[in-house]
Amino acid sequence: MYTRIYFLRFPKETSDQPIIYYLVKRYDVEFNILKADILPQREGIMIIEFKGNRENIREALSYLKDLEVQVERLAGKVSRDDEKCFQCGACTGICPVGALYMQRPEMAVLFDPDRCSGCGLCVTACPVRAMTVSFDQVVVEEF
Amino acid sequence: MSEYTVNKSYAEINARIRAGEAVVATAEEMIDIVREDGPVAAARRIDVVTTGTFSTMCSSGAFFNFGQTTPTIKAAKVWINKVQAYAGLAAIDIYLGATEPAEDDPLNKVYPGEFRYGGGHVIEDLVAGKTVLLEAKAYATDCYANTKCKKELCLADMPHALLCNPRNGYQNYNCAVNFSDKTVHTYMGTLKPKCRNANYCSAGELSPLLNDPLYRTIGLGTRIFLGGGIGYVTWHGTQHNPNVLRSSGGTPRQPAGTMMVQGDLKQMSARWLRGVSLQGYGCSLAVGLGVPIPILNEEIALFTGVSDKDIFTQVIDYGHDYTNRIQRNYGEVSYAELRSGQIKVAGKKVPTAPLSSRVKAVEIAETLKRWILDKKFQLGEPVAHFPTADFSLDDKE
Ligand code: SF4
Ligand code: SF4
Repeated sequence: MYTRIYFLRFPKETSDQPIIYYLVKRYDVEFNILKADILPQREGIMIIEFKGNRENIREALSYLKDLEVQVERLAGKVSRDDEKCFQCGACTGICPVGALYMQRPEMAVLFDPDRCSGCGLCVTACPVRAMTVSFDQVVVEEF
Repeated sequence: MSEYTVNKSYAEINARIRAGEAVVATAEEMIDIVREDGPVAAARRIDVVTTGTFSTMCSSGAFFNFGQTTPTIKAAKVWINKVQAYAGLAAIDIYLGATEPAEDDPLNKVYPGEFRYGGGHVIEDLVAGKTVLLEAKAYATDCYANTKCKKELCLADMPHALLCNPRNGYQNYNCAVNFSDKTVHTYMGTLKPKCRNANYCSAGELSPLLNDPLYRTIGLGTRIFLGGGIGYVTWHGTQHNPNVLRSSGGTPRQPAGTMMVQGDLKQMSARWLRGVSLQGYGCSLAVGLGVPIPILNEEIALFTGVSDKDIFTQVIDYGHDYTNRIQRNYGEVSYAELRSGQIKVAGKKVPTAPLSSRVKAVEIAETLKRWILDKKFQLGEPVAHFPTADFSLDDKE
């Protein structure tokens, strides 16, 4: 499963259209709205997490672009403090994309930032708060 | 096996340690040694097997004597960094429990609570050398006139600090799943609904009491690795229960024995005593614990040769059964299966995650081994033994 978080800026003209509905119906992407601020006849913004097949998400994003929705990938920078982490493994049962995983047979807990979707679930699941997410950076990506 | 082929005493093993001749293996190394050489040859060659475990251990805490004030005080209520300690002991003796949350903690009001700071964190901060704020309230007496005090101090300023954990090192523990239809946040971690994940918490083949399943050598006075320093086993722990279902090798198939341990906090290290926050549950302390097991005879060698495939535990539902004290299990799994990353529960494949650090458990066993080889650590001979179960290896064979 491919999970990414996007920052969408909707032009005024689109605010009365059921865009998200089409995303689900036509492109079969699961979504989770993390933040939304949309008012009729005004520019709206939304932070949304998409889950699904990579190709479908790509098509969904180009559909949004055709509607002149501005799309930016929100790459929350997730990092692990290796001094704090005591390699327990609790986070590996929580991470939905396998970015935190066990290396067997040593049972070392590894973190692969490239696989990380920035969902933040590990932050409070880690008993010693070794994982941190900062959403300060917005990475603009080409699709 | 009333007569053993190999018979060694604590004194003989300690003499070998002092002479720099002791042969030490970690519990992990001992598995192959016993399998390849057999228990008798292993017992002849190996003097000590070192074990280790590092994970959250509730029922931990510390006694402090925080030093008198002028005028003197008989503290009735005490807080360190806003975490309340028990003060009903004497004038300035207190006990700070690991699971006590900070007084202004929102707890589970916004569920699941984060429990950012508690007694375990205070202990970690003190051991790390940080300065803490101690506040006390009291009623005045003729000999103790002070009614309140507030002072900043660090561990070095305390005349006395003793880590004293009434229950540590659980011999085996449940594998937790959740059959309810909502996520639960437990002391066994976050469990997804409809049994979509399973958490377990034991060092398995490296765990102290699983290498001495019938408490033949671990007892009152056993010297141990505790929180990075040296400590002692001082009693069997609370909830110690030897009379449970056991495998043919003697290891319990469900939570059984426990240890009470203590040691001078001032020689411990914040690397091995870590305050923890368990989402939706509370605060606690992760404790590094390692116990050396003297190989007095071939039976003990055989016990320490135990491996994860021979140690079993029960799958328990924490969505409903545990809270309602329903005695039911969803099958039995070995630690080898748990470590593989996947088990079968009710015919369904379920991913597993550990809560106890294997990497750190190995590091503790290695550290203890090095201490012994460097002649820095000798074995303590127990002056009394834990309550045990009637069990003999012969019966089963
Ligand atoms: S934020 Fe944490 S839980 Fe979420 S994908 Fe990244 S590593 Fe995994
Ligand atoms: S839960 Fe935290 S301490 Fe445990 S392995 Fe994951 S990041 Fe490390």
